[in-house]
Amino acid sequence: MTHYSQPLEFTGLTRWFDSALRSVMPDFWAIFIELVIVGIALLATYAVIAMILIYVERKITAFFQARIGPNRVGKYGIFQTVADVLKILIKEIIHVNKVDKFLFYAAPFFIIVASMLTFGAIPFGKGLQAVDFNIGVFYVTAVSSLGIIGVLLAGWSSNNKYSMIGAMRSGAQFVSYELSGGFALMTIVVLTGTMQLSGMVETQRYCWNLFNGHIASFVAFIIYLISGHAETNRGPFDLPEAESELTAGYHTEYSGLQFGFFYLAEYLNMFVIAAIAATVFLGGWMPIQIKGWDAFNQIMWYIPSYVWFFGKTGVLIFISLWVRWSFPRLRIDQLLNLEWKYLLPINLVNILLMVILVLSGLTLTQIF
Amino acid sequence: MSNLSAFLAVFLTGIVLVVAGLGMAILLSPKSFNPQKGEPYECGIPTHGTSWMQFKAGYYLYAILYLMFDVEAVFLFPWATIVRELGVNGLYSILFFLLILALGLAYAWRKGVLKWK
Repeated sequence: MTHYSQPLEFTGLTRWFDSALRSVMPDFWAIFIELVIVGIALLATYAVIAMILIYVERKITAFFQARIGPNRVGKYGIFQTVADVLKILIKEIIHVNKVDKFLFYAAPFFIIVASMLTFGAIPFGKGLQAVDFNIGVFYVTAVSSLGIIGVLLAGWSSNNKYSMIGAMRSGAQFVSYELSGGFALMTIVVLTGTMQLSGMVETQRYCWNLFNGHIASFVAFIIYLISGHAETNRGPFDLPEAESELTAGYHTEYSGLQFGFFYLAEYLNMFVIAAIAATVFLGGWMPIQIKGWDAFNQIMWYIPSYVWFFGKTGVLIFISLWVRWSFPRLRIDQLLNLEWKYLLPINLVNILLMVILVLSGLTLTQIF
Repeated sequence: MSNLSAFLAVFLTGIVLVVAGLGMAILLSPKSFNPQKGEPYECGIPTHGTSWMQFKAGYYLYAILYLMFDVEAVFLFPWATIVRELGVNGLYSILFFLLILALGLAYAWRKGVLKWK
């Protein structure tokens, strides 16, 4: 049980800030100011991550299709998303006559709040986690399903046939794949014995869950990636917004920034899925550790935790993009068959397999 | 800093993002009026009838199946956290529980619910 020094962490800074605030004002106001700062920090990371992801996705997509991609605004087009955000801000928000006004304007709130709440629960690094419930994993699955209410509201209230069909498909797809996503996470809960996200990261100090529960973990990981990919309505699972048949699916009637919110939430959901997968399966912000290689372990600890976290998340996002541009779109019956006839039964068996592994002590505790 | 207050802060952050964004967009964006703009978008063709109508029942059946398994997940999560302490007895009891649910899925499968028509 060795503890290596970690020179580049934020924990010292936040602790100092907390005590400094508490020394000059009553506790209530200190906490209030801290919460406001947390809110602003989350807002900033939310916006920045979305902008970076949109740029990265367009660029990687272009490379997959042997194109150049955005290359006019700034060097290599890096300011393209900034320009897009400005453009979308000065677009008119068109008021459509026949919509159900209240639901139509409420839908973006649901979608943004759902993605923001899941975003807040992610441990970005050592001590960099806003919300850390002891039912963490459960909270994430519960809150992320709020988003589908927004999608259904948007589709229903638009009074447009494309929106309606898109929302229905999206609803069926999301609820189906949410099941296997939840069960895959549950497999890991069996292994770690805790649902708290920070606790789950802590249990992976010496060995990531992917290696820890070897076969069962690996199956769960693959299933989680598939279902997470489907939950975000992307890649081969993008039936809800299949543009060649449904125009834009559930957000056909939205314009300007209201459409922008849907777009933003889609990218953020992709990030959140990758981040949860990294946290639960790949050790979150924990560096890789190999038994006996002390110098190596020490060097790995010198790399800051947030770099590890964003690195792992970035790799998973790249895999998601890779899948997206490599497979043709599924039909709705194929999509639902994949979930209900394959993933769900495999998942149920997988949970039992994991229980057997845990109870018979066949799990690993260290690499090698 | 308790979790509940942090949760509330994150929640309000989401609301603030939408409100501030929309407020900014409304201030910055141009406003023009045209009766054609208010029409539902259907590739330029005037839309026929309402879109608020009864819809394919296939989706509804999947929603019911989902409900069954989601409630199951609610029961399974607490069990999953303490499975180490429960030991083999926990495995047997949950096996029975899962068997009933698997039978439910098998019944739906047999009845052709999972077949897209």
